[in-house]
Amino acid sequence: MTAQQIPAGHTDPARIRNFCIIAHIDHGKSTLADRMLQATGVVDGRQMRAQYLDRMDIERERGITIKAQSIRMPWTSRETGVEHVLHMIDTPGHVDFTYEVSRSLAACEGAVLLVDAAQGIEAQTLANLYLALENDLQIIPVLNKIDLPAAQPDLYAAELAHIIGCDPDDVLRVSAKTGEGVEDLLDVICRDIPAPVGAADAPPRAMIFDSVYDIYRGVITYIRVIDGHFTPRERIKMMSTGATHELLEIGVISPEPKPTQGLGVGEVGYLITGVKDVRQSRVGDTVTDAAKPAKKSLGGYRDPKPMVYSGLYPLDGSDYPLLRDALDRLQLNDAALVYEPETSAALGFGFRCGFLGLLHLEITRDRLEREFDLDLISTAPNVVYRVVLEDGTERIVTNPSDWPTGMKIAETYEPIVKAMIIAPSEYIGAIMELCQERRGALGGMDYLSPTRVELRYTLPLAEIIFDFFDQLKSRTRGYASLDYELSGEQLSDLVKVDILLQGEPVDAFSAIVHKDKAYAYGTSMTAKLRKLIPRQQFEVPIQAAIGSRVIARENISAMRKDVLAKCYGGDITRKRKLLEKQKEGKKRMKMVGRVEVPQEAFIAALSTGDSAEAVKK
Amino acid sequence: MPALPHGDPAPPNGRLPRANLDAAHGRPFGFYVHVPFCQTRCGYCDFNTYTAAELGSGVSRGSYADTVLQEIRLASEVLGDGDAIGDRIPPVSTIFFGGGTPTLLPAEHLGLIIREIREQFGLAADVEITTEANPETVTPAYFTRLREAGFTRVSIGMQSAVPHVLEVLDRQHSPGRPETAVAEARAAGFEHVNLDLIYGAPYETDADWQTSLDAAIAAQPDHVSAYALIVEEGTALARQVAQGVLPAPDDDVSADRYVMADETLQAAGFSWYEVSNWATSAAARCRHNELYWSDASWWGAGPGAHSHIGGVRWWNVKHPVRYTAMLESARSPAAARETLDEQARFTERIMLGVRMRAGLSVAELPPASQRLVPQLATWGLIEHADTAPDRVVLTQRGRLMADAVVRELLA
Repeated sequence: MTAQQIPAGHTDPARIRNFCIIAHIDHGKSTLADRMLQATGVVDGRQMRAQYLDRMDIERERGITIKAQSIRMPWTSRETGVEHVLHMIDTPGHVDFTYEVSRSLAACEGAVLLVDAAQGIEAQTLANLYLALENDLQIIPVLNKIDLPAAQPDLYAAELAHIIGCDPDDVLRVSAKTGEGVEDLLDVICRDIPAPVGAADAPPRAMIFDSVYDIYRGVITYIRVIDGHFTPRERIKMMSTGATHELLEIGVISPEPKPTQGLGVGEVGYLITGVKDVRQSRVGDTVTDAAKPAKKSLGGYRDPKPMVYSGLYPLDGSDYPLLRDALDRLQLNDAALVYEPETSAALGFGFRCGFLGLLHLEITRDRLEREFDLDLISTAPNVVYRVVLEDGTERIVTNPSDWPTGMKIAETYEPIVKAMIIAPSEYIGAIMELCQERRGALGGMDYLSPTRVELRYTLPLAEIIFDFFDQLKSRTRGYASLDYELSGEQLSDLVKVDILLQGEPVDAFSAIVHKDKAYAYGTSMTAKLRKLIPRQQFEVPIQAAIGSRVIARENISAMRKDVLAKCYGGDITRKRKLLEKQKEGKKRMKMVGRVEVPQEAFIAALSTGDSAEAVKK
Repeated sequence: MPALPHGDPAPPNGRLPRANLDAAHGRPFGFYVHVPFCQTRCGYCDFNTYTAAELGSGVSRGSYADTVLQEIRLASEVLGDGDAIGDRIPPVSTIFFGGGTPTLLPAEHLGLIIREIREQFGLAADVEITTEANPETVTPAYFTRLREAGFTRVSIGMQSAVPHVLEVLDRQHSPGRPETAVAEARAAGFEHVNLDLIYGAPYETDADWQTSLDAAIAAQPDHVSAYALIVEEGTALARQVAQGVLPAPDDDVSADRYVMADETLQAAGFSWYEVSNWATSAAARCRHNELYWSDASWWGAGPGAHSHIGGVRWWNVKHPVRYTAMLESARSPAAARETLDEQARFTERIMLGVRMRAGLSVAELPPASQRLVPQLATWGLIEHADTAPDRVVLTQRGRLMADAVVRELLA
């Protein structure tokens, strides 16, 4: 197969097939994509880098895709002999990025539903499948890893057939690893996925399904053309903001960017305008010609909305300017990241940051530490609360320290999610128990097959941003999978619990919790701090309080012994060095009132796992 | 003993910078002699000592004294630095034999070492010469020979009077034996006898500790050292604690035991002169140890021994075989050294001075540290000395918190 017979720019839409691959982490999406690149001759075996599409280090390590990419591949159907242009549009692979996934799906006419033949479908895949069905995508069910000894293709083919309502014989079987069945799959894509339809003569419209910042080129925007034609050097307009830019370059990716003389109906590619900030090129927005703009946008655009907030603080206070620069840099490539300066009495200067979800938080933190060489403390994440005061005014609270105090609170609201959990049926009990502990309400349950079940719950978002997923995994021996989407808010009885050291509140430890869990949070946090904070010269009470009411108390008794019994000739050097080290350690202590708290205590007390431990008890 | 500290390289000939030799001029001078042999290894002990089995054939107890003599002659060359030794170093005021178990060597061998020190450096008229002694290794005849060799003081490792405590500590002597040894030493003519005690061992009770204190006092030593048991890294005790076989010593319990020791000893006519040391009179204090705490000079001979001369500290190689080999090939056995800068000397002055009854002179503290004095006094850690109000001294509670006090004063 020789690559690239049909030049990009004026491809006959009838020859185009736009598709994505919906798959769970580890089910082999990247390997299949790699294999397709090879089979279509876009990448030869020698250049093949494992998992070509996942470019960020963190993506490679975690085996997930954060940023979508798209690749143009030529393929001549062996059934019809007709040459096609395939656009494979990658989709982000995590629950935090549901909106991005929906935009990737909206750029396609079909989806390959890829499922591990040894594991069956997972919740997230199912959720994305539903999204695809809502978008009227043609689904091609595929079982991967049929070469595995543990594969049960018949069982899972039946499951897939049951879910999407097809014949089990229609489920393709491939091994992305060996390449078996991949060429057949390419033929089926050509056969079954509808060609894109659009008005070639209408004012041009394209949907942005991703944008990434490149230090050399500025923002690279990935688009799917719906109507009309885009040509280089024309002025384009972003319909959500009305901003116009000159189209410096337009092209396709195959697998490296290749400039073209334009892009037409149904084509997928990239454009570059020279903007330096992805917020000027937003996922879901419609691009049109500034000179003769389309009257209507394609719809479906949504501003990214942070759902989880956390304070990020440099371990070393003098790194604060570095952290600010690093966040500025990251934001160039992450339209969903928001932050503003914040000061904590305990942690010093830092930033209150908003994220799409917990993974988004972790990835951002990871990148700050890795790419910018920063050591950070992050405060326990919290969701966004709505507080209605008795006088009728309303507060949006993204930080426990903004919780109204000294005012009469009428009602408090917290965000909720609709969650879908898929697991072997033997774990129903364990899952229900976990969801009940987390204030979940069961919405329904369906058997996907005689042994696998789908449970639907409504849960407070705050309950799942701690270790819900870890707990779910451990209580189902790793078999359960989870997906959730935001589903508005609910009235809840929420309180702010403060933690006080010697009567001084430690802002970093304050938390908004449900009233029924306030006591548990208070007792476990005070107990944990008692273990983490070294004894001082004086007694230190640790209290948990709601307003002025103390709900839990621990005591750190005064230290009584801090002396080396022996200090003779051979001990002096060692002892002096020890003291010098301790002196350095003392400098790193944070003072809360008169109490010296080691930084490690803050880190340990704020670590997500332990906080969840705290809430669980 | 724990790993040696890191330091700068020491020259093969062991020579010291002239400036440091000059700085030591006029300072009291003592000798420490390390004897790295033990009959058996005690589970809590991390000192640099070896059983015959551990040492094998590389080093013999019989020739050990000869090796030490070589180091004493090296000391004389280094400290004399081409001048008459007496011009640079005063006669030796104290000698201390520690270990290990010095009393595993024949008293005559210890005597040879004393004689060599006298020949090379001269001894002060009131020289104090101490040896540590394990009660099971000494006899009335041995004490007599120690006297003949020139010893003026013995320090007996009693540790406890309670069988189950001695067992946890792996001590070989039977209860009662240390007290008898004190009487034997007295009979042989020793005016100064110390008993070493350890408190806070696993399963020791307050009552056990009181028993040990009472037994020690009844034996009528003129000096008692009492040490909290420390779980040192790399010891059998540390392994047992890590494995949960033995409970770790508890700081609060140790604090209680310290208070018991201090009260009991005071009531019996002893007064503290250093955090872990009590004596019946000023004359009964161990002047050799006071040397360590008062910026004086000493030469430590033997494997792993530390020395200090005029702001240079150094330490010998740890293993007896290596130590012997270096001296045999006419090289200094020093492993490394450090030269103290002003900051380090100040840290040491505070760290060591605060442990002593005389305390610290407020005027010698920098202004920032002086400002902390009232706070430390409020916390009940220090007080102004009755006899010298310009000095601050640790209270009983402060002695237990001495390291915290030092950190405050240095911060």
